[in-house]
Amino acid sequence: MRQVLARAIGGVAIIGLIAGAAACNKSSSSDNTASGSNCGYKLAFFGALTGSAANLGVNIEQGFELAVQQYNKQKGSDCITVAKFDSQGAPEVAPGVARSLVADKKVLGIVGPPFSGESAAADPIFEAAGIPTITPSATRTSLSSSGWKVFHRAVANDDAQGPAAASYIKDVLKAQKVFVADDQSAYGAGLSDVVKKTLGSLVVQSDKTEADGKQSDFSALVSKVQASGATALFYGGYYTNAGIIRKQLTAAGWKGTLVGGDGMKDPGLAKASGTAAAVGTVVTCPCSPPEAAGGTFVNDYKAKWNQDAGTYSDVAFDAANIFLQGIDAGNTTPQKLNDYLSTVNYKGIANTYKFTSTGELDPSLIKVWAFKFDATGNPVKDQQIKTS
Amino acid sequence: MSDTAVAPAKEKATFRENGGVRGWFGRQPAWVRWAVMLLFAVLAFLLPYAGDIPVIGPQITTEGIDWPSALFNMSYYVLLALGLNVVVGYAGLLDLGYVGFFAIGAYGTALLTSPDSVLYSHTGWAWLGAAPVALAATMLAGLILGYPTLRLRGDYLAIVTLGFAEIIRIVATNTTTFRGDRGFTNVPHPPGSSGGKPIFGVTDATPYFWLGLVVIILVIFGVRNLDRSRVGRSWLAIREDEEAAEIMGVRTTKFKLWAFSVGAFIGGLGGVLFAGEQGFINSSTFVLQFSILVLAGVVMGGSGNMAGAILGGALISYIPDRLRGISLGGTDLYEYRFAMFGAVIIAIMIVRPQGLIPSRRRAMELKDREKEVAPL
Amino acid sequence: MNFSGLINEFGPLTVAGLAQGAIIALFALGYTLVYGVLRLINFAHSEVFLVGTYACLIAWGWFGLDQNSAAPDLGAMLGYMALGLVVAIVASGLVALLVELVAYRPLRRRNAPPLAFLITAIGASLAISETVGVLTHRVQRGVPPIIQAKTVITIGNTHITNLQILIVVLALVMMFVLDRFINGSRLGRGIRAVAQSPDSAALMGVNKSRVISLVFLLGGLMAGIAAVMYDLKIGVTKYDAGFLLGIDAFTAAVLGGIGNLRGALVGGLLLGVLQNYAAGLFGSSWLHGAAFVLLVLILMFRPTGLLGESLGRARA
Repeated sequence: MRQVLARAIGGVAIIGLIAGAAACNKSSSSDNTASGSNCGYKLAFFGALTGSAANLGVNIEQGFELAVQQYNKQKGSDCITVAKFDSQGAPEVAPGVARSLVADKKVLGIVGPPFSGESAAADPIFEAAGIPTITPSATRTSLSSSGWKVFHRAVANDDAQGPAAASYIKDVLKAQKVFVADDQSAYGAGLSDVVKKTLGSLVVQSDKTEADGKQSDFSALVSKVQASGATALFYGGYYTNAGIIRKQLTAAGWKGTLVGGDGMKDPGLAKASGTAAAVGTVVTCPCSPPEAAGGTFVNDYKAKWNQDAGTYSDVAFDAANIFLQGIDAGNTTPQKLNDYLSTVNYKGIANTYKFTSTGELDPSLIKVWAFKFDATGNPVKDQQIKTS
Repeated sequence: MSDTAVAPAKEKATFRENGGVRGWFGRQPAWVRWAVMLLFAVLAFLLPYAGDIPVIGPQITTEGIDWPSALFNMSYYVLLALGLNVVVGYAGLLDLGYVGFFAIGAYGTALLTSPDSVLYSHTGWAWLGAAPVALAATMLAGLILGYPTLRLRGDYLAIVTLGFAEIIRIVATNTTTFRGDRGFTNVPHPPGSSGGKPIFGVTDATPYFWLGLVVIILVIFGVRNLDRSRVGRSWLAIREDEEAAEIMGVRTTKFKLWAFSVGAFIGGLGGVLFAGEQGFINSSTFVLQFSILVLAGVVMGGSGNMAGAILGGALISYIPDRLRGISLGGTDLYEYRFAMFGAVIIAIMIVRPQGLIPSRRRAMELKDREKEVAPL
Repeated sequence: MNFSGLINEFGPLTVAGLAQGAIIALFALGYTLVYGVLRLINFAHSEVFLVGTYACLIAWGWFGLDQNSAAPDLGAMLGYMALGLVVAIVASGLVALLVELVAYRPLRRRNAPPLAFLITAIGASLAISETVGVLTHRVQRGVPPIIQAKTVITIGNTHITNLQILIVVLALVMMFVLDRFINGSRLGRGIRAVAQSPDSAALMGVNKSRVISLVFLLGGLMAGIAAVMYDLKIGVTKYDAGFLLGIDAFTAAVLGGIGNLRGALVGGLLLGVLQNYAAGLFGSSWLHGAAFVLLVLILMFRPTGLLGESLGRARA
C-alpha cells in the first residue's frame, strides 16, 4: 500500500508542479480600461522567435513591439496590446499556433509570418479567419498567387531580389564564373533559381546543401567551388549555413566573394564564420539600410532593445504603424482593417507603402540594396541596385 | 490415524495480488466492462470542452497552442504509439524508423490530392479517395522494409529501420517530385458539410480530433482482435524466443511481415489524418527525433499493452504542448522537452522498465530475467 | 548525375573524403569497441564526442582564444594542440564512464533485455545533447584558428593541406597504438576475453566490470581525439554535432565489420571517400543520404561487414 501511496503522491506532485508553473505564467488578459474608443484590441506577431534563424524573427518582433509601445505612449494608455506567437519557423507547429491566434477574437492584425515556409502553412488559417497580415520579410513569390485576400507584403519579392543580386554579380563584381548553391528551402531554392536564370551562361556549376542547421561538413561543396574556378558563389539560404560555408571556403584558400540574399543579412553570419572571413561578403535585401530610417527610429530601437536595429526591423515598425493608423481611423474589425489595407498609401520610415490587388508592394515603391560585411562583422550598406 | 493437522487459515488475498485494478476489471461481467469503456470513450469525445471545467480546466488546457489542435496532435501521436506498439511491443521488433510510415501516408495523400503534385493532372482526388491508396502504399512499404530485414538480429534491425526512415526523409528533401521544404500546399480536408459550411475547416481542429478518436477506437478493436488470435500468439512466441518459436512450428517470417504491415498501416493512418488536417506538408516534419519520441512514448507508457501505448503517446504530445508558453530562466520550457524525455526514459528504464501501465506478462518476463543474472 | 564533375573533382573529393573519413574512423572506434564487448549499440557515444568538441573550445577560451583570434605561432600552436587534446580526451572519457555507470550498469545488474539497453542509450543521448543545446541556446560555437590551414602538396587541381595530413596521420597512429594495446597488453587480453564470453572470462578471474569500464574509457579517448580534429577541420560545433556525425560513424563501424578494430579504420576511410563521391555525383545534400543507403545495403547483403565481425554473429 505504501508503494501505491508513494506513486499517487508522486503523480499528484508532478501535476501540481506543472499546474503551478502554468498558473504563475498565465498571461492574464486584463481588460484594458483604456480611454478612447478604438482601444482594447490586440496586434499579433506570428513567427520564429526560436530556432536556427531566430534572429530574423526577433528583429521583426522587436520593431513591431516598439511601434505599438510608442503608439500606446502617445495615446496615454495601454490602448493596443502586443500578442506574440512563436511558430519556431516550423511548418508543423505553425498551424496549431495559428489557430490559437485566430481563436483570440481581440486580434485585429498580424505582422508576419517572416518566413516563406511557415507562411504556406499558416496563411490559409489566417485567410479563413479573415485577419489581415502584413509580412515584412517573406519573399517567396508564390505566396501572393494563392488567392489570399488577407496577404500583404511590405517588401519586394524574390522576382525583384533575384535579378538584383544577379546584376550585382555581373556588373559590380564583374564575375565571369559564378557558382550557385542553395539549401533547398522554400526561400533559398526559389531565390537561387531566379538568380541562375538571370545569370544564364555565367553559372559554371550548381549544388544543393541540406537545410539550415542540418549540415556542418561542406567539404564537398568547397572542393567543387574550388575546382570550378568560380570567383563568386551565390548561396540561397540563411546565415548559419552561409557562415560555416564561408569559414570552410576561407580555410581551403578560396579567394572569391560569397553573395546571398536577405536571409543571410545578419551579424550571425560573421559569428558563424569569424569576422575576418566574412569581410567582403555581399548580401542583397529588398530593404533600405536601417540607419537611413527616418525619424528617431534608430535611436529609439537602440534605447529600448539595447542593440542595433536588425534586418527588416524598420519595415516591421512601419507595418505595425499601418495597422495602428487603420485602427485609429475606426477600422476595428479584421474585415474593415483588411479593406483599409487595400487602399492605404502610408509614408513610413523605411519606405512608402501601397499594395496591389494581390497584396504585393506597388512595383514603383520597390527598392533593393546591396550590403557588405565589414571588419566588425556587420552588414553595412554598399549601394542601391537598380531594379527596373 | 486421523489427520489432526489443521490446514492453516487461508489468508485473504490482497488487492494487489489479485491483479489490482486490471484484475478487478477482468473479473466483472461483460456488460460492466463495456459500460466502463463506453464511459471512457464519451469522456474522450468531451475533451475539447475540458477548458470549461471550473478550477482545473484552465490548468489542463494548453496555452501557447490552441487546445483542440493540441488534442488532435495527441490523437495522431496515440495512433502512432499504437502502431509502434504492435511492432515493438507485441512482436518484439525494434523499429527506430517508424516516422517513415507516417511520412509515406502523408506524402501519399499529398501526391494524390495536392495541386502542387506532379500527378495532379491525372489525379487531384479528394482526401477520402486518396486515403485508401496512400494506406495501401504504406502497407506495401512495410512489406518492402520487412522482407529483406527479417533475417537480421534485433539491434541490426533497429539500425536498418533507422536507415530506411532517413532515406525516405532525404529523398523527400532532395527530389523535385517530393518538393522538399517547399512542400505540398492545399491538401484537401476530409469531406462533409453541415449547414452549408464544411465540417473540417481550417480554424477549428475539434472535428479532426473527433475523427482521430473514431480512427483510434477502430484501430483498438482491430489490434485487440489480432492480438487474441493466432497472429497475436505467434507474435508473443517470436518476442519471447524466436528460435524456439521457429522450432515449434511458428512461421516467424510470415508473422513478422504481418507485424510490419499492420504497424505500417496504422502509421500511414496517422499520416493521412495529419495531411488532411494541416493542408500543407513538407519534409522538415519527418525527422528522426520524431521516431525516437514515439518510441519513448511507447516504452514510457508500457510496451506490449494498448492502454500503456495510449497513455505514452498522449503524454509525449501533451507535455511539450502544455509547456509551450511557459518560461523558465528566459527559455520557453518547450525547449527542454527532449532533455526531459531523455532523463525520464533513463529513469523509467532503471526504476520501472515495464512502463507506467505494465503488461503483466512483460513484468513477469523482466522478473524472470533478473533471476538469471550472473554476479558481476 | 554529374559524371563530368565527379571526374574533374576526383582528386579534391578523395582527399577531403580521407580527412573526414579519418575523423569518422576514430569516432567509430567507440561504437565498435563497446559493441564487440557488450553487443550494445551505444547511442550515447555521439554525445561523448559532442562533449569533447565543446571541452577543448572551453579550454582554449580560458586562454582568450575565440574564433576571431589570430593564429598562434608554432610553439604556441603545439601547446594549444596538446592542451586541447588532453582536455577533450579527459572530458570525453569521463562522460563515457559516467554514461556506463548511470545508464547501463543498473540494467546489467538486472540482466535487462537488449531492447532496454538500446532505449536507455537513446534516452542518455537525448538528455545530454538537449542539455547542451539548451545551455548553448542551440547556437553554434566557432573554433579558434589554432592551425592555419596551408596547402602543402599540390597535385593537379588537388590541394592537400597540412591539417588534412595531420588528421589522417593521427588516426593511423592512434589505430596502431590501440591495436597494439588490445593485442599485446594484459588489459587488452582481458578485453578480448570478455568480448568472447563474459561469463567464462569472469570465471577465469577477469574483473568484468573493470574491463567494461575500460572499454568505454578507450572509446571515449578515441572520441576525444576525433572531437579536436573535427573542431579544427569543420570550424564550428553545435549541440547536434554528435548526432549528425554519429550515424556516419556507426555506418562506418558496420561497414568495416562491427567489433573489428581495423574494420573501423577501413570503414571510416571508405565511408568518407564514398560520401564525397556521392556528393560530387548527386550534390552535397546527398552526403548523409549516401551513408544511409550504404548502411542499408551492407546490412541487407553483408551484415558482417567488409572485414568480417571479430566476434558475435549478425544473423539470428
